[in-house]
Amino acid sequence: MTSLSTTFYKLLCVIRKELLVTLKDPKIRFILLLPVIVQGMLFGYTASFNLDRVPYALLDQSHSSYSADFIARLEGSGIFQRVFTLSSTAQIAPAIDSGDVIAVVTVNQDFANQITAGTAAPVQVITDGRNPTTSGIAAGYISSIASAYSTELRGTPPAIEVVNRTWYNPNLITRWMFLPSLIPMLALTQVMMLAGLSVAREREQGTFDQLLVTPLQPYEILIAKAIPPMIIGTIQATLVLLLTIFWFGITPVGSIGTLYLTIFIFLLSSVGVGLSVSAISDSMQQVMVYCFVILLPMLLLSGLSTPIQNMPEVLQYATYINPMRFAVESVRRIYLEGAGLNLIAINYIPMLIVASITLPLAATLFRKKLS
Amino acid sequence: MSVSEMPLVTVQELHKCFPHPVTGDTVVALEALNITVAPGELVALIGPDGAGKTTCMRILCGLLRADGGHAVIDGIDVSADPQAVQNRVGYMPQKFGLYEDLSVQENLNLYADLHALPDDVREQRFQRLLAMTGLDPFTDRPAGKLSGGMKQKLGLACTLLSAPKLIILDEPTVGVDPLSRRELWDILQQLAHDDNLSILVSTAYMDEASLCHKVYILHEGKLLAQGSPEAITKKADGACYLVTPPPHVPARLLQAALIDDAPHVIDAVPQGGAVRFISRTSDVSQLAVYAHFPDLVPQATPPTLEDAFMMILKEHSQPQAEASHFVIDYTSTASSEDAPVDVEVKDVMRKFGDFIAVNHVSFSVHRGEIFGLLGPNGAGKSTTFRMLCGLLPASSGALSVLGYDLRRARAKARAGLGYVAQKFSLYGTLTVEENLEFFAGAYGLSPHAAKERIEEILHQFDLDTHRYEPAGELPGGYKQRLSMAAALLHKPGLLFLDEPTSGIDPLARRIFWRQITALAAAGTTVIITTHFMEEAEYCDRILIQDRGCMVALGTPAEIRRRAGNPPSMNEAFINIVEQKRNNPVTTAANNRATPPKGGSSS
Repeated sequence: MTSLSTTFYKLLCVIRKELLVTLKDPKIRFILLLPVIVQGMLFGYTASFNLDRVPYALLDQSHSSYSADFIARLEGSGIFQRVFTLSSTAQIAPAIDSGDVIAVVTVNQDFANQITAGTAAPVQVITDGRNPTTSGIAAGYISSIASAYSTELRGTPPAIEVVNRTWYNPNLITRWMFLPSLIPMLALTQVMMLAGLSVAREREQGTFDQLLVTPLQPYEILIAKAIPPMIIGTIQATLVLLLTIFWFGITPVGSIGTLYLTIFIFLLSSVGVGLSVSAISDSMQQVMVYCFVILLPMLLLSGLSTPIQNMPEVLQYATYINPMRFAVESVRRIYLEGAGLNLIAINYIPMLIVASITLPLAATLFRKKLS
Repeated sequence: MSVSEMPLVTVQELHKCFPHPVTGDTVVALEALNITVAPGELVALIGPDGAGKTTCMRILCGLLRADGGHAVIDGIDVSADPQAVQNRVGYMPQKFGLYEDLSVQENLNLYADLHALPDDVREQRFQRLLAMTGLDPFTDRPAGKLSGGMKQKLGLACTLLSAPKLIILDEPTVGVDPLSRRELWDILQQLAHDDNLSILVSTAYMDEASLCHKVYILHEGKLLAQGSPEAITKKADGACYLVTPPPHVPARLLQAALIDDAPHVIDAVPQGGAVRFISRTSDVSQLAVYAHFPDLVPQATPPTLEDAFMMILKEHSQPQAEASHFVIDYTSTASSEDAPVDVEVKDVMRKFGDFIAVNHVSFSVHRGEIFGLLGPNGAGKSTTFRMLCGLLPASSGALSVLGYDLRRARAKARAGLGYVAQKFSLYGTLTVEENLEFFAGAYGLSPHAAKERIEEILHQFDLDTHRYEPAGELPGGYKQRLSMAAALLHKPGLLFLDEPTSGIDPLARRIFWRQITALAAAGTTVIITTHFMEEAEYCDRILIQDRGCMVALGTPAEIRRRAGNPPSMNEAFINIVEQKRNNPVTTAANNRATPPKGGSSS
């Protein structure tokens, strides 16, 4: 019992020292707070696939009450903003080429007649294929407005109607998808850096030898080196969480407890990777290079910005060794879908495997790499 | 020196102040400094750390601007036209900018290019400088792979490429072994004499300063004394004595007793088995040391430059907090030979790839002994040291520390040893107290015991007033004290000290050794590496290593005897290493003649 409490006190002293060294360094203090807020804001505002304002050009050859009605619905949606009003088909190409509009909507001369006659009344939409994502979304919006108008005119519903409801994000706002993923992303980059620099800094300043001649065991040094970055990472995750809830107004559906458990397990694996990098590096500069090389694929293969289903099969397999992939998936599910621990727990296994390999690896490398 | 009436360098009333890095107060680095250097004159600047030597040199090179006064070199005011001065002056800072991955020749080419040396002059100068520095056979070797002494010689060669009229060398021999030091000074003397080159050099070694034409002693920015080494040495005339300790009393114990007697004794150092001291009065019958050792017979001895330097320094410095908190029991003079063995090294070898850094080394250290590891740079003493501390595994052989085999019970062995690294290696951003709290915890002291022990050790090392200061901003001597305090927190039985006295001034070194003497007298075993050869005199036994091999092992007296009884440890070291290098077989036989454990105390 006494030996357990002395071990505990010993660890406490080393952890306290690690935190003091980290927090007393003005350079590190700076990277702890500001990037979290700046990146949170940037991601919240820039990383969005949603269309809020689509500039378009109109060529109304019908000049009927029907066409006016249709255009009113289009522009009434608040999404479409007419930039040009064209008078001939010859003006279509220059309008698209100028890049000022994403779509040109052409209503035919026969539009009103065709409607009264009860035949199909085509509305032509020309979009700019140089920007496929945006044009696709714009064309989709237009066709859904047209079909709603058509149903109203005919008075009878179409034979088959697709009723589309997007769960967990009913308005399909991409910010909802990005901001929760930002929690593991920022935690990952910061924890990797902090853990990575911790041993390398001591090596560079010559204090690591002094630490190694103390009776501390490698695992004790490891624990002491792992905990401070995890504490800081958790605090940063909390900052992003608060920003998401209170600034961007996205409330988590799932349990906060499960969210934190997921973050904790994820940080355990990140700190293991960071400490392994630190143990093999001679200098802080080397750590920076390694972190950069490791972080980029981790982020790309996480499904953070592009769906994993879209990746080539080989790369899809590669995502299975990436703890970030499971963290992003879990956090999104908890946050948006309200998934409980029973559904998420399976994702903990790969993260725990990474942690259980990298942490002991770092501990052995501390001592092995001495020359 | 036919043109000596017209000095090459004239420094008049030079002033320089710096803001203190933490408090922002003004710190005076130089105060009304006057210096002249004649053509072909070899001039030394000596003084403790922080005396203003580097500041003065940087102002002369136009790298710093003086706050007041004039510095004129070769008729040009430095502040008016620094570039013109830099074209005439070669400056070699403490750490000269060699490119470690480039070869010797490539480094020379690079500096020749930087000085825009014409091709026809180039070859001729390269040849001459390479021959002079003895670097001829190593032109293809990367600079990073040269020994410390060879690096400094290459630095000197690069400095001389532009054929300057004056060279300024900032502590060129720090960390350089005695052999290379002697070679470097031979070159400097030759340059001053043959080429009429003016040389301004700062140094921590008094034997080097005594080779110069003129010496300036600086302290805290003020000039304390100037003149030829002979004239300065005269100051200590009639004040120096040699005294032989009673049988079975180590010289350091007598030295400690003398240095504690501040009212009567200015300074004391062990030398050649005896103790050399400077008396305040001509009457040496009043010494307090007779209380411990009544039968002493001090004998007058001619002074050296170092005696005079210490006298002058003590006159002008604040009475430092002496090591009075380290009480010595002078009655315990038991020979350490019968004491249990604390460190046992048997046939240890360490390889790095093909390179054998430590080649079959064996020795043992007894409890309460001070054991010195000496050797030129690259001799393998650091590697031996790191293996003993458990920082590096041995390739073969057996190491045991405090009875624990280092292959099996490293953590247990570590709990009983204290370690002071060569470079300050505590946490610079943490305060003195936070550092101590951390190490107390790491060594498993309970919170209550830690608190008590920290108070005790802060008091012992006179660090009370600095406890809330960041460790990285302490002055050099205090950093060293803090390193010692941190290493002694858990009262280790065995203390490892890696070059603990490099970079601290002579006054602080006296205090340091007084502490070590007290610790050893109280039964702490001390293993120490040092490049100050005279510090070997404090040791019970020393091991000299060269190129990975054991060259000599024994008491300082035995080592001196084998070297042909030269007056100083420095020369003994040079003789022994040269003997071994010139005639490896004979010295190997000598080695066998003295068994490794042979340590008869005298």
